Amino acid sequence: MTTAEVAARPESQTLSGRITSGRRLRDAAFRVLIMLSVAVALITLFALLMDAFMTGRPRLNGDLIRNMPSARPARAGLQSAIFGSLWCVGITAALSLPLGVGTAVYLEEFARRDRWYVRLIELNIQNLAGVPSVVFGILGLAFIARGPLSWGFTVGTGALVLTILVLPTVIIASREAIRAVPPSLREGSLALGATQWQTIWRQVLPASVPGIATGSILSVSRALGESAPLLLLGALTFVTFNPTGLDSGYTVLPLLIFKYASDAKAEFHVVAAAAIIVLLVVLLALNTTAILLRNRFQKRW
Amino acid sequence: MRKQRWVTFVVALTALAIVAAACGGDDGGASDLSGTIKIDGSSTVTPLVALAAEDFQAENSGVKVTVGTSGTGGGFEKFCNGETDFSMASRPIKDVEVAACQAKSIEPLELIVANDGLSVVVNPQNTWAKCLTVEQLKKIWEPGSKVTNWNQVDPSFPNQELTLFGAGSDSGTFDYFTDEINGEEGATRTDYNPSEDDNVTVTGVAGDLGALGYFGLSYLLENATKIRGVEIDGGGGCVAAGTDTVQAGTYKPLGRPLFIYTKTDAAKRPEVKAFAQYYFDNQNAITEEALFVPLTDEQVAEAQAELDKIAAV
Amino acid sequence: MVGDPLLPSPHLRRRRRVERVVRRGLALTASISVVVTVAIALSLLRPAIDFFREIPIGEFFTGTEWSPLFSPSQRQFGVWPLLTGTLLVMGIAILVAVPFGLGAAVYLSQYASPRVRGIIKPVLEILAGIPTVVLGFFALYFVNPEIVQRFWPVGRVGTFSALAAGLVIGIAILPTMASLAEDAMTAVPVSLRDGAIALGATRREVSTKVIFPAALSGIVAAIVLALSRAIGETTIALMAAGSNPRFTADPGQGVQTMASFIGFAGIGDQPTGSTGYKTIFAVGTLLFLITFFLNMLSVRIVRRFREAYE
Repeated sequence: MTTAEVAARPESQTLSGRITSGRRLRDAAFRVLIMLSVAVALITLFALLMDAFMTGRPRLNGDLIRNMPSARPARAGLQSAIFGSLWCVGITAALSLPLGVGTAVYLEEFARRDRWYVRLIELNIQNLAGVPSVVFGILGLAFIARGPLSWGFTVGTGALVLTILVLPTVIIASREAIRAVPPSLREGSLALGATQWQTIWRQVLPASVPGIATGSILSVSRALGESAPLLLLGALTFVTFNPTGLDSGYTVLPLLIFKYASDAKAEFHVVAAAAIIVLLVVLLALNTTAILLRNRFQKRW
Repeated sequence: MRKQRWVTFVVALTALAIVAAACGGDDGGASDLSGTIKIDGSSTVTPLVALAAEDFQAENSGVKVTVGTSGTGGGFEKFCNGETDFSMASRPIKDVEVAACQAKSIEPLELIVANDGLSVVVNPQNTWAKCLTVEQLKKIWEPGSKVTNWNQVDPSFPNQELTLFGAGSDSGTFDYFTDEINGEEGATRTDYNPSEDDNVTVTGVAGDLGALGYFGLSYLLENATKIRGVEIDGGGGCVAAGTDTVQAGTYKPLGRPLFIYTKTDAAKRPEVKAFAQYYFDNQNAITEEALFVPLTDEQVAEAQAELDKIAAV
Repeated sequence: MVGDPLLPSPHLRRRRRVERVVRRGLALTASISVVVTVAIALSLLRPAIDFFREIPIGEFFTGTEWSPLFSPSQRQFGVWPLLTGTLLVMGIAILVAVPFGLGAAVYLSQYASPRVRGIIKPVLEILAGIPTVVLGFFALYFVNPEIVQRFWPVGRVGTFSALAAGLVIGIAILPTMASLAEDAMTAVPVSLRDGAIALGATRREVSTKVIFPAALSGIVAAIVLALSRAIGETTIALMAAGSNPRFTADPGQGVQTMASFIGFAGIGDQPTGSTGYKTIFAVGTLLFLITFFLNMLSVRIVRRFREAYE
C-alpha cells in the first residue's frame, strides 16, 4: 500500500474494514512465531537445568566440595578443581584488571584517534575479542607451556593464557565505562587546575568503577567457564591436590566436569552433573553481582 | 574509593585462595615423604594406577601425584623427555623409545603391574556376534578395509551398519591390537572413532546398535551392563575374556601384560620408590578393586626383584 | 633559578614527570594487545610453515581423507573432512540461531513490555553465560539420545552426531545473535517506526517491512559474528560430534570439525616438533584465518552501511 492509497481511504475503512482477516491472521501468526523463538531459548535453558539437576541431585552434598577427585565415583569430589579454578581465575583477574583498565584509560584519555598506531591497537583488540578460545590454547602451547617461556603445564601457564583471552573484553568494557563518564566532570576538574592524570585518577576512574567492575566480573566469569584452551594446556590430568604454587600441576572445574562426563561409568555422570550445578551456581552468583552493580550504576547519572 | 575497594576485594580473594589452598584438604596419614610424582601414559592402565595413587596419597599426604592419560606412546615421549617419573604402558617399550630415553640419560626400568585380556565388545542388543575369529577381526580392521556392514563379516549376520570405535594411535592398546590382529603394529583402517580415552569408546559402543570396539578388560568388567564382550577364536575355539582365561593363558592372542616404567635414578627419590613399593605390597587389593587381572606370585616376585635392584644402586 | 617566576616550580616539574611516566606506562600496556596478536601470528605460523614443507599444500587442500595422527604409512592429510564437518555443524547451528535469534530480537525490541524485557533479557544472558562443557554434556547425554536418535528419520543415529552438536551450538550462539540483532533494531531511528505506525502499519508490518530492512546491516553483521563463533566452538563438538573425520553431509553421522580436531589432538598431547604437533598449528592457522576474515567482514558491513542513516 502506498502512502497515497492509505491517505485516500476513509478512516473507518483503514481502521477496521481494510484490516482483512488475512492481515490479522498474519499478524497473529507472526506474533506466535516470534514468541516461539523466545520460548525455544527459555525451554532449552529449562531443559538443561532440569537435566543437570535431576541427574546430579544424588551427589549434591558437602562431600562433593570437600572430597578430592577419586577413581571411586562414590567418593569423587571437586576440591582440587575448585581450588585450581580459584587460583587460575584469581591470577587472571589480578593480571587482566590493571592491564585492561590501563589500556582502556590510555585509549580513551590519552591517545590521539588519528594516529595510525592507535587505530592499529583498537583494531587488534576488536579482532582478539573474536578469536576462538582454542586458538589461545594453541598460543599458550607454543609460547608459554613450551617454546620461549617453557613453563610447562602449570597453574601459571593456564592463568596467563586465560588473561590473554579475557583481556580484550575487559578493555572493551572498561572503555565503555570510561566513555560514559560525562565530560563535565573532566572539564570541571581540569578547570580547577588538576592535571590530566590527576583528573583521571581522582575523578574519571572512581566514577567509572561500577561499569569497570561489571565488565571485569563478567570477563572473569567467562574465564571460570573456559574449557577449550586449557584442554591443550594439561589441565585434564587426574589431580588430587590443591595448587601449591604457580608451577604446580592443576585442574579446573570445567575440565573436571569434562573428565567425569567422558567417563563411561554412569555414576561419574552423576558427579559431573552435580559439578555442573556447582559451577552454574557460582557463575549465577557472579553474574547477578555484575547485574546488580550495573543497575545501581544506572541510577547515578 | 570504590576502585580501592575493588582492588582489595580481588587481592583478598586471591589471598583467600592461597591460604585455603595451603590449609586445604584433610591432613592425611602421617608420613614424612614429600614431593611430586608425575605419571602419564596408557588409558588402559590408568584406572589401576589412579586408584593406587589415590590410596597412596591418603597415606602420605605430603606427596602429590598427578596421573595423565596421553596414551602409551605419548607417555613414553614425556618420560624420555624427563617430564614424568612413571610411564604407564599397555605394551612393552620399543627399542626406538629406549634409545630416545638413553639419549637423555634415562634408563627405563620395566615393572609388570597386571595382566590384561584385550577385549572386543559390542552393543548389548547385538545378538548375533557371539564369537569372532581373528581372521574376521582382521577383515574388519585391516588397512583399506571396506567392511561397513555386519553381513560382510559373516553372511549369517543381519544387515546392520557397522560402526567402529577403538584406541587412538598413541595408545598401547592400539599398538597391541593392530600387531596381533592385523599382523603389523600401527596398521589399521583409519575411518573409525579413535580415542586415547577408552571411556569414550565404551560410551560409543553402548549407544550404537551396530558398534564394535576394543579396549582393556577392566573397562568391560566395569561396564558389563552397557556393553557385551565377544568371545575370540584364536585358533583353539571361542574363548571369553575373563580373569581366569587371562591368567591361564587361554585367551589368545589378546592376553597381554601391563607395565609401568620408571627410571633407575628416579627410584632413588624415596617417594617414587615408596609408591612403586606401595603398589606391589597392595597389588592384590588394588587389582581386585579396579577389576584388573592380578599378577601371579611369580610375576610379583619378578617385579620385586627389579625394584630391589634400584635400592641397591 | 629558584626565584624566577617564569620557570616551572620543582613541584610542577615533578608533576609533569609523573604525567609523562604514567602516559608512557599506559601506552605500554595498550601495546600489549598488539604484542599478543603478533605472538598468535608467530606461534601459528612457524609450525604451520614447517607443516607445509612436509605435506604438500595440494594434498592438504584437495585430499578427502584426514588421518594425520596415525603411522606414517597410513597418514592422510586431506583437510576436506574437517571443512565439511565444520560446515555441517555450523550450518545446523545457524539454522537454529538465526531464525530464533531474530525472532527473539524482534520480540524484545518491538513487542515486549519493559517488564517482560526485564525478565527475558537476563534469561538470555544466563543462557549466554553457560559454559560450553555444560552444553556439551547436555548435547551428548540428552539431546542426542532423547531428541536426535528418536526423531531423526534418516538411517540410524549412533552415540555421536553432527546434528546434536549443531543444535546445541545453535543454542549457544542464539543469545549473541539475539542481542546483537536487538541492538541493531533499537538503533533504527524512532521516527521511521513512528511514521510507519502513523500510516496504519501493524506491529508485524513495522517489524518486517521497516525495522528489519533498516537494521539489515547490523543484522547481517550479527549473523557473520554468530557464524564466526560457531566455527570456533570446540568443546561441544568434541563431546558430541565424535572423533571420526567423516567426509559426509549426513547430520545423523558423527563428524570432526576443525576446532574439535585441535581439541582432540591437544588432549592426546603431541610431542613438540612432531607431525601431529604441526598439524594442530596448520589447522589452527586455517581456523584463525577464517574467523579473522569473518570478523573483519562484519566490521566492514556495519561501517559501510551505518552511514546511510547519519
